[in-house]
Amino acid sequence: MTARYAARRRRNAVAMALSVGATVFGLGWLVLILGVLLWKGFGGLSPAVFTQMTPPPGSSGGLLNPIIGSLILTALAVAIGTPIGILAGTYMAEYGRYGRLTSVVRFINDILLSAPSIVVGLFIYEVMVAPMGHFSGLAGGVALAMLVIPVVVRTTEDMLTLVPNALREAATSIGLPRSLTITRICYRAARAGMVTGVLLAVARISGETAPLLFTSLNNQFWSTNLNAPMASLPVVIFQFALSPYKDWQSLAWTGALIVTLAVLALSITARALIPSGRQS
Amino acid sequence: MEPARRPSVVDIALQEGGGVSVAAVTRAKVLDRLRLGDAAFRHVTRAAAFGVLLLLSGVIIALIAGSLPALRTFGFGFLVSERWNPVTNNFGALPAIYGTVVTSAIAMLIAVPVGLLIAFFLTELCPPWLRRPIGIAIELLAGVPSIIYGIWGLFAFAPFLQQTLQPFLINTLGHVPLIAPLFAGPPYGIGILTAGLILAIMVLPFVTSISRDVFEAVPGVLKEAAYSIGCTTWEVVRHVVLPYARVGVIGGVMLGLGRALGETMAVTFVIGNAHRISASVLAPGTTISATIANEFTEAVGDLYTSALVALGLILFVITFIVLAAARYMLMRIERRIG
Repeated sequence: MTARYAARRRRNAVAMALSVGATVFGLGWLVLILGVLLWKGFGGLSPAVFTQMTPPPGSSGGLLNPIIGSLILTALAVAIGTPIGILAGTYMAEYGRYGRLTSVVRFINDILLSAPSIVVGLFIYEVMVAPMGHFSGLAGGVALAMLVIPVVVRTTEDMLTLVPNALREAATSIGLPRSLTITRICYRAARAGMVTGVLLAVARISGETAPLLFTSLNNQFWSTNLNAPMASLPVVIFQFALSPYKDWQSLAWTGALIVTLAVLALSITARALIPSGRQS
Repeated sequence: MEPARRPSVVDIALQEGGGVSVAAVTRAKVLDRLRLGDAAFRHVTRAAAFGVLLLLSGVIIALIAGSLPALRTFGFGFLVSERWNPVTNNFGALPAIYGTVVTSAIAMLIAVPVGLLIAFFLTELCPPWLRRPIGIAIELLAGVPSIIYGIWGLFAFAPFLQQTLQPFLINTLGHVPLIAPLFAGPPYGIGILTAGLILAIMVLPFVTSISRDVFEAVPGVLKEAAYSIGCTTWEVVRHVVLPYARVGVIGGVMLGLGRALGETMAVTFVIGNAHRISASVLAPGTTISATIANEFTEAVGDLYTSALVALGLILFVITFIVLAAARYMLMRIERRIG
């Protein structure tokens, strides 16, 4: 009996050790990736990165036009995607909470949430780039908006569902119409969560490369024209990293560091905004 | 449905006073406007919800329309042909499908056990004060953009593998009968195995966080009952927590698989983009998404473009099935949690 007990204890100890090891292993990658990024990207970080255009091979330069391009594309995507996402989420939580449409939309939305982003790029290419006959920043923004919508729909619905019904009843009891109850009462109660959703969406799209490859393409020069190809940080990183030129590769690392820091800052801010105890 | 007219306190008060005052007329106008606004808001939100459905159907229709030329030319052979020759306009999807499936399989083979072990650590062993920081760190790993994994994989991870793991595999497993062909050939650094390993790191956070959530949903009474009859922590997890959370864990694994199948940039950097099927996992290959990312902007001619869109359609159908199954399973466990 004791031998068997010892064997069980041993097996338990092995499993526990393995699980601790797995956690160290998992966290190790994060440390390793961030470490390499800092090591390779930090050296290139200088004011020139933020003030100069992308250089031709063999000369020095910066990342100003892709940084501005990324900001424009992200802003465009948020401007298009957020209203649609919030409205759809509002319908699901407020009007049709138990309806069939809501459960279908929720299912489809969850699939869109993890659908391959390169397919979104193909879709926008087919419906926007091909008919228009040229790549454009607008198409890139719309492609990114398609990634914003599912994230915002999901968080809006979740956060509005958490708003206590007593608030709605109180608003109705003083004669407030439904639409005002939602916009003045429910939105305010759920504001922190909804802002979190938008921040998470921005974090998600600011590193997205695949949907931009054949929508906004790339632009070697300064351009804020939405009707023309537009540079963006991820696409420039992709192009520069795979090039044989040392200058370009080191700029790619610097760009990668900037993107990662921005994304991590956004996701940490978003998490800090979630009221404690509500974290899923 | 909303009740059309609901007499408010003010209405009743006015009725009692009798007579129609100017104020009452203005009130009626304001109420009409509010009612109109109400209906408009409701319809706008409903339209947005339908919009989400339209997006998905739009994607499917556009992909089918775009891939028709290729599918008409090659028919069913597109799925099973190994050729990929832009010069002779001969296209087959098999190497890309094979690469996608094998890299994802390698990723899941590693990410699932490790992810489950981390979830086990987080829910049963970890001191409470450490739980949140580790949870957040794992989720940050999920937030790192895939292009970062790509550049890191190409410049740091692949050279490392070329010098350490790959020669080791060739010298050990490469001599074991039966599985030797899997580890044949020189250590390129990049290739199917490298892509699979990077995918494993990328999928790990998804598997971990969903497993943790479903582990946490296991009723405490069940675990306490098991502890009270003298089970060790491992036995509780193995025989109580895991069986209870099984459906949810499978859902989480499928969700991770959906990600792995569609992952583009990280794979594009390290897969080698070779349209052939090799037995060895050390050899370069390609995946559906990497092929599209590498070749789409350079594709000349309608048939080439259409073949790439058809690849996209295949990828979308595969991930759709996997993700739908995942959501269905997660929905089942959510219903049980209530």
